[in-house]
Amino acid sequence: MHTGTSTLAAKVAYYPHTASLPWYVTVIYLAAAGSFVLSLKWLSSHKTARLGVKAGEVGMAAAIIATLFLPEIRQYNWIFTAGIAGAAIGALLAIFTPMTAVPQQTALSHAFGALAAALVGTAEFYAHQSHLTHFHAAVICVECLLGYLTFTGSLIAAGKLQEVLPTRPLVFKFQNPLNFIIFAAAVACAVWLAIDPGSGIIYPVFIGLALLFGVMLIIPIGGGDMPTVIALLNSYAGLSAAAMGFVVNNKLLIIGGALEGSSGFILSMIMCKAMNRSFVNVLFGQAQAEKAVATDDVYAGRIKKTTAEEVAELLTSARRVVIVPGYGLAVAQAQHVTAELFKVLEARGVDVQFAIHPVAGRMPGHMNVLLAEADIPYDHLHEMEEINGQFGEVDVVLVNGANDVVNPDARENPNSPIAGMPILNVDKARTVVVIKRSLSPGFAGIPNPLFARDNCLMLFADGKAATTEIIQQVKAL
Amino acid sequence: MGESLTSNVFVFLLAAFLGYEVVRRVSPQLHTPLMALTNAISAISVVGALTLAGAGEGHLLLITLGAIATACAMINVVGGFMITDRMLKMFKKRRDK
Repeated sequence: MHTGTSTLAAKVAYYPHTASLPWYVTVIYLAAAGSFVLSLKWLSSHKTARLGVKAGEVGMAAAIIATLFLPEIRQYNWIFTAGIAGAAIGALLAIFTPMTAVPQQTALSHAFGALAAALVGTAEFYAHQSHLTHFHAAVICVECLLGYLTFTGSLIAAGKLQEVLPTRPLVFKFQNPLNFIIFAAAVACAVWLAIDPGSGIIYPVFIGLALLFGVMLIIPIGGGDMPTVIALLNSYAGLSAAAMGFVVNNKLLIIGGALEGSSGFILSMIMCKAMNRSFVNVLFGQAQAEKAVATDDVYAGRIKKTTAEEVAELLTSARRVVIVPGYGLAVAQAQHVTAELFKVLEARGVDVQFAIHPVAGRMPGHMNVLLAEADIPYDHLHEMEEINGQFGEVDVVLVNGANDVVNPDARENPNSPIAGMPILNVDKARTVVVIKRSLSPGFAGIPNPLFARDNCLMLFADGKAATTEIIQQVKAL
Repeated sequence: MGESLTSNVFVFLLAAFLGYEVVRRVSPQLHTPLMALTNAISAISVVGALTLAGAGEGHLLLITLGAIATACAMINVVGGFMITDRMLKMFKKRRDK
């Protein structure tokens, strides 16, 4: 490896000169970019969604094949070995990942994508170190910083979701100042490299800092904020791919990366809004002021307990039932028993719908996937805006594993920490049944006045066990 | 790099805005498949990795980094599209019995 970087670089026809792309490759890249946009567009409707996947696949395959014919590629053995190995791993992951594990699989794929971008950036840096322009070096640094921090950050997120790492936030004194110092040091290295790309020792230090910062960024984040974090890492992974497009001067990469970047951005905005938090708050705000609200004042003497038998009677005598599955249901993996309850009630002629809050699952849209897998037709799954106006005509709402997202304080109490947070207006229904282990607060750490309302009944039990018991009682009726 | 930079920034901005408008219209029901799909699409970065992995004799560092990057990106290309389709297949309308 002692060819010396300059001769090394001279030998590599520097491929990013896409100005010299053969015309047919340019045409195919253009078509691929179009197919990617169409692919996302077709995802907007259930009817065309799978066609969208096909469009993306065709565009991707065409772009890869066209690239293989570029004159810069002189040797195929490593391409095929690595390509086939990667394809095999990807296929195995896609086939065998259980739907409950999709969040960690998604986090892992962000790690892979970011690592690919970071490694290409590293290779670019070393191949051209001797003759990098300041600007080119700066762009490579952006690519590597984003790539490496997303790589380790996503691995930590995947570890937390898989529960091989502790899911609770890991916080310590001076955490934010320390993180800031690490980030500032990484940026300082990047600036140094942009000014003097030749300085040998700085680049590895820079990589180390980026890797470390990714870890530090995610360890203080708790399980409840994971939906936002995955969406944010989704955005970073896309941006690192786009940065790679800038480095190798390839517009197709820029487009592909920008699409993921903005998609991840939208999703994290939606998640933040749904939890009434800001990005800054999710990333740095572990010290959420816990306002000690005297729960006794809210609940004292007003809680009405119920039994599975009574709930079964209520449900079977109702015309319209809405089930609100929450994060707790996803964690307890109670989606299949919930689907069974749905079928049992439907068989008795009860109209059963599902109301799904954006943060109900462990990642955006996760609850829908879990319920769809449990065989609940998707026209029975309703998003918040769609169903919120209809609760007044609902006989029984069954809340399972949700708390803050049905807290009427968000709507009625301007002094509440969750004031303004979008919630499901379940309190407007005739009867609300809440399945919950205890009166303990949710992520917001505040009591829920819903539990004390006249139309609310509490079934204190584990979500999965309670649902199973209700099914038995319904069958026995 | 100056001229290509300007046009690249234009492309990036337009693609980001287009992505924003298109993704906004995706139903929240499909947000998980959406994430898997965009992840597969951004794995187009495999194109950059391929050129490195195929750099030819004498470029051990480039080939090694390129080959690992190719493998990583291919995991997302194949895995991303496949799992998206697997999820979408599960969304069924009311079964007609």
